[in-house]
Amino acid sequence: MKNIIKIGWQTLKKPSGYYSLGALVIGGFIAGVIFWGGFNTALELTNTEEFCISCHEMENNVYEELKTTIHFTNRSGVRATCPDCHVPHKWTDKIARKMQASKEVWGKIFGTINTREKFLAHRKRLAENEWRRLKANDSLECRNCHNFDYMDFTSQSQRAAKQHSTSLASGEKTCIDCHKGIAHHLPDMKGVEGW
Amino acid sequence: MKNLIKIGMLLSVLLPVTASWAAPGEVATLREKTSIDQQKKPGIIPKVINSDIKQARNYPMQPPVIPHKIRNYEVNLNTNKCMSCHSRQRTEESQAPMVSVTHFMDRDGNFLAEISPRRYFCNQCHVTQLDTKPVVENEFVDMHAIMKQKSLAQK
Repeated sequence: MKNIIKIGWQTLKKPSGYYSLGALVIGGFIAGVIFWGGFNTALELTNTEEFCISCHEMENNVYEELKTTIHFTNRSGVRATCPDCHVPHKWTDKIARKMQASKEVWGKIFGTINTREKFLAHRKRLAENEWRRLKANDSLECRNCHNFDYMDFTSQSQRAAKQHSTSLASGEKTCIDCHKGIAHHLPDMKGVEGW
Repeated sequence: MKNLIKIGMLLSVLLPVTASWAAPGEVATLREKTSIDQQKKPGIIPKVINSDIKQARNYPMQPPVIPHKIRNYEVNLNTNKCMSCHSRQRTEESQAPMVSVTHFMDRDGNFLAEISPRRYFCNQCHVTQLDTKPVVENEFVDMHAIMKQKSLAQK
């Protein structure tokens, strides 16, 4: 084993005896483009709603619930898909989230939530994960579309305008503090702050 | 026994008459006068009033109507969205009216710490209002109007 590593390292260390520097550089560049492009394409493929709801756990539970909400259908036809809210848009954050999501693959393989009953039993924990994430990043995924700076309080209802211009403006509260359960049904809310 | 049969016969004569009393009138059904083989063109769905302004109650025991939108508010085993503003603990922050004390009473009149299960489902009594014309004219007269008329008549 040690020998193999040694031989491998020596091969890497030695200057190339057969290929020109140009061929190596250009070849490396092309290989890099293919590699990187392939990686990103595969990544983006997992970042679509079709991919998410290709698992029945997602399609039969959370997707069905989303369908009745304003984030699915509304007057202007702008809609949020799963990754819009559940995957960060910035690349580094996205990769971090995608690595976390490998645990969800594990869950899929072992059927952690493969029935409605199991899903409901885990719902609170799953919801708390998302609330914690959104609380920690100041509701970043909400703000990707709902930009506070461009909110027109005059076209909001009085109640909404009051709360947005005070608690939200001062940064004391963030979107998810009040807007829980806007896209999916709520779990048992006993003990949740503000409920 | 004979009497019973007589009453039965009498009723069978009378009943069609009583049934026909309900028929005349402007609004028979929401289909109005559309013939049975045709589909009525549906009306525009009215908007829920979202003014946040309290409306007068028509009589003292009327459950107050909801002056705001309640789309997707969940009231179920897991949660009661209404209570996140209208419960006793939450009204200071929300400045929403607190549910009345009667909501804390069980059917024997004992006060409970939380709203009574029989008052849990807010929408059984409290409803939003739609920005639309009423289908039938409302002939309801406030009792204060009646009392006023009475006292005027006495003078």
